[in-house]
Amino acid sequence: MQLNFLDYEQPIAELEAKIDELRYMSNDSDLNITEEIQKLKEKSESLTKSIFSSLTPWQITQMARHPQRPYTLDYIKLLLTDFEELHGDRTYADDTALVAGIGRLNGRPVVAIGHQKGRDTKEKVARNFGMPRPEGYRKALRVMKMAERFGIPVITFIDTPGAYPGIGAEERGQSEAIARNLFEMAQLKTPIISTVIGEGGSGGALAVGVADHLMMLEYGIYSVISPEGCASILWKSPEKASDAAATLGVTSSRLKELKLIDEVVAEPLGGAHRNVPEMAKRVKQAIENKLKELEKIPTDKLIKQRQEKLLNYGAFEG
Amino acid sequence: MSWFERLLPSKIRTTVRSRSVPEGVWCKCPSCDNVLYRAELERNLMVCPKCDHHQRMNARTRLESFLDEGERKEIAVEVKPVDTLKFKDSKRYKDRLTQAQRITGENDALLAMQGRVNGLPLVAVSFDFNFMAGSMGSVVGEKFVRAAKVALKNNIPLVCFSASGGARMQEGLLSLMQMAKTSAILTQLSNAGIPFVSVMTDPTMGGVSASLAMLGDINVAEPNALIGFAGPRVIEQTVRETLPEGFQRAEFLLEHGAIDMIIDRRQMRDRLSNILSMLQHRAIA
Repeated sequence: MQLNFLDYEQPIAELEAKIDELRYMSNDSDLNITEEIQKLKEKSESLTKSIFSSLTPWQITQMARHPQRPYTLDYIKLLLTDFEELHGDRTYADDTALVAGIGRLNGRPVVAIGHQKGRDTKEKVARNFGMPRPEGYRKALRVMKMAERFGIPVITFIDTPGAYPGIGAEERGQSEAIARNLFEMAQLKTPIISTVIGEGGSGGALAVGVADHLMMLEYGIYSVISPEGCASILWKSPEKASDAAATLGVTSSRLKELKLIDEVVAEPLGGAHRNVPEMAKRVKQAIENKLKELEKIPTDKLIKQRQEKLLNYGAFEG
Repeated sequence: MSWFERLLPSKIRTTVRSRSVPEGVWCKCPSCDNVLYRAELERNLMVCPKCDHHQRMNARTRLESFLDEGERKEIAVEVKPVDTLKFKDSKRYKDRLTQAQRITGENDALLAMQGRVNGLPLVAVSFDFNFMAGSMGSVVGEKFVRAAKVALKNNIPLVCFSASGGARMQEGLLSLMQMAKTSAILTQLSNAGIPFVSVMTDPTMGGVSASLAMLGDINVAEPNALIGFAGPRVIEQTVRETLPEGFQRAEFLLEHGAIDMIIDRRQMRDRLSNILSMLQHRAIA
């Protein structure tokens, strides 16, 4: 697969292009340039390391939205076996911006739910760019309630610009659908583990993100409003998005510092899309470890702990 | 003197008499443009006597007019905002807070009181739209939770009047988490069999409508209140269509099944105390 590079990765892109060129040449001729290629590869790696060691919040935001970033269904494919997708909210429609289903994680059944963005233009449109409508949230809730009935833990993947702002979505109660999920997830009688794999866009993300354990991939973002949205409201200019991203504190490291998330999962060098199997392996390991812990806790205590955690969110005086 | 007056011959110039009417005695209804006597408007709970337009009401006036006179106790007065993120856009969050506190005389955007309505004991909370657009940050979330705990402890209903633009951006993800926090405490009320009535007033949007405001056992709206998740402008820009007449207004929500009823502010006390007394198996006071 041809890698896609962001603006700030251009120096890496140029090096990689040179490496490709040399490889092409070495196939053509008898010249032995393997050594040269190896050198350039090392250089590219150290360059990547140095660029990625000091990414700004805005650069991380771009990484979280990288077009090649693995999406929910990519993780499901690599984490679970025997996966069966479950469709529809039983009332109105099947929202493909939010997928849900049941599969096995190392042999044990789990319910998986997550936002799904599209890969190409056609799929992006079909999946509404990962922006769910009320029926998406209602499907998620229906499946979570089923998990509760059968004593199956829930794992969710968060990756959305936000809930869809449309006429039909409002008519069918976007607010109520999100609120209902927050309410039910706060007392769901089965363990919930949520992972922000890309963009955590406000209420549309939280509606499947109330959890016993909240994780974030290193280059994911989670925010109350998109940096662009915040910039256009508070700075009156969307170009200030990078300032907004920095001030809002949207990155995994900042949110861990603020104790708003529980765990950061490190990404492979250059971001999750550079080595998807490795990323999936790390996510799987983190989920498995936590699940083992959570399953030992009696349900009553689990709910009590979750409620305490939710009620403790906030910074104030008095 | 304006250029036009200067052009006129001095004979027909009229001198403008200084106004003897003090500021704020009269005001104009934003809906029907009629000039209203302020004292009368206040007696009428800020509802225009000519066209029944429900004007916005600050939190303190709201709760004082909703609760019976006499014994009222304010809840969680001690909770005050802090600026964790050191947030600064064109202005510092700290300065915005100070300014809002000066304008409203309140600590933050939520006011909570324990009292009675027609003799029925309850806890009532109200958002103050004048305080940073009634936005929900840590203090709003915490005060809501403390108010709900008073309701829980005393086994009395909780009524919330919301008026909010949504979550408070200046508190970042902390404010988003207040949605989960307020929803969590409502599960405790619900499991204890304590009624929660949500009254959505103009406007109730974003993170507030997508959490506590839509979770009432009874969802009520005031006439013509704007209620929704995404703001009308955002939707217009996204779908590039003009929005239908009355979109996201209380009447629209009633028609689409999102709320139980619309109640005129002047009947709020009587109708809510009636509903609550039935839910609690009490005789009406």
